[in-house]
Amino acid sequence: MSSPTTTPRRRHVLDLDDWSADELRSLLTIAAQMKDILARPVKQVPTLRGKIVVNMFWEDSTRTRSSFELAAKALSANVLSLGAKDTSVKKGESLVDTVRTVQALGADYIVMRHGQSGAPYLVAQHFRGSVINGGDGRHAHPSQALLDLFTMHERLGELADKKVVIVGDILHSRVARSNLWALTTMGAKVVVCGPPTLIGPAKYWQSTWPKVEISHSLDHAAEGADVLMALRLQHERMEGGLLPSLREYSRRFGLNATRVASANSNVIVMHPGPMNEGVEIMPDVATGPHSVIETQITNGVAMRMALFYYLATGSEQV
Amino acid sequence: MTPKQLMNDEEIRRALKRIAHEIVERNAGASLVSLVGIHRRGVPLARRLAAMIAETEHVQVPVGELDIGLYRDDLHSRGPAPILGRTILPELGKRVVVLVDDVLYTGRTIRAALNELSDWGRPSAIQLAVLVDRGHRELPIRADFVGKNIPTAKNERVDVQLSEIDQAQDSVVIVQED
Repeated sequence: MSSPTTTPRRRHVLDLDDWSADELRSLLTIAAQMKDILARPVKQVPTLRGKIVVNMFWEDSTRTRSSFELAAKALSANVLSLGAKDTSVKKGESLVDTVRTVQALGADYIVMRHGQSGAPYLVAQHFRGSVINGGDGRHAHPSQALLDLFTMHERLGELADKKVVIVGDILHSRVARSNLWALTTMGAKVVVCGPPTLIGPAKYWQSTWPKVEISHSLDHAAEGADVLMALRLQHERMEGGLLPSLREYSRRFGLNATRVASANSNVIVMHPGPMNEGVEIMPDVATGPHSVIETQITNGVAMRMALFYYLATGSEQV
Repeated sequence: MTPKQLMNDEEIRRALKRIAHEIVERNAGASLVSLVGIHRRGVPLARRLAAMIAETEHVQVPVGELDIGLYRDDLHSRGPAPILGRTILPELGKRVVVLVDDVLYTGRTIRAALNELSDWGRPSAIQLAVLVDRGHRELPIRADFVGKNIPTAKNERVDVQLSEIDQAQDSVVIVQED
């Protein structure tokens, strides 16, 4: 009666580097069904009833944390959210000790956000349940890239040969890196755009991402684009001397109406949030007819539900 | 072991025809009835029943579909991630909902379907129609309308093939599993 997929079961979601296109597609299908649930009169199903999800957010985040929290609750899990400012971390408890404590409390899932790349891998080594990476350092932010993929797929259909422009601080962005994995796996034509200081050496791109195009001119890159995705510009990049001024950045790399007009007529404008309006994206573009920024937020809950479901199935098989 | 056929397409058609009549008889007409097929093979069966009722009663009965994947009690011991079907339901309030499935076995699918329906609304009554009842119930659940009762052993599997889904002629076969 059931129609199982062919891919083996995953225990953790730490990065998207080893996901196949088929696996990504089945996740997109599940996310679409989860989105239906959020439109029901009762926005909750009993799938994870009696399970415990612990959000360990060792780096501030409102958006991702609330999204994971609502997703787990929509599946009827019990949710506990911990932050680095909480007690034990301040008192000097190591990450591994915290994981042991959380495990002893009965956690089945940990969602880990950490400033250090690789922290969720350490957690996964010491935890018997499943770990979802909620963003680690500059490394990966798989759930964000998956919700981005879901939103693009919903609006544009198959992504093969679609032109996706990611503009901003690519070098320091885990959102960009996870998006690169997902998008290239799905066969999209990806262009990364920004000033050389925020893109990194061309040599790196040629050797690591041979299929990805690099551009230092948004005017040029935006032409004919199907997706324009702006990344958040962190203010510390300015202080680090990587940018001359916000105004210059905004003039050369901000998403404005002219650049959107030069893209495909059905282009979608995306931003992972929170936005610096007037810097990487202009207010009229952020709320304009091409913007799917609010849809990204709704889709985030659906995609995170899909991830929990994906990890839950078969979790008690030997 | 080779599969043994228990019902052919003509027998399935007659069984459904009889169920359609019984549904109308039990509910004094079809004007308050809604059919809800359980994903996957219950869905085409519900559509067929609706077409048969339309033929004799000249009433277009609303048809919905229900995927109970998220309400299963064995999700954690199944895997990997079964693909979910859509759940699309007509208005349930003040209607008699007839759940439709191909095979009734342990009753756990029906239990899940009942829970899911009650999250969507409050039908005035819920009834159950199945093409095959193969016994071995694990819950206190019985069908109101049964196409055929087939005694089986637990190591046997009852497969229903429907032209809408299986690209094959309608049939019910029994297969021995090792």
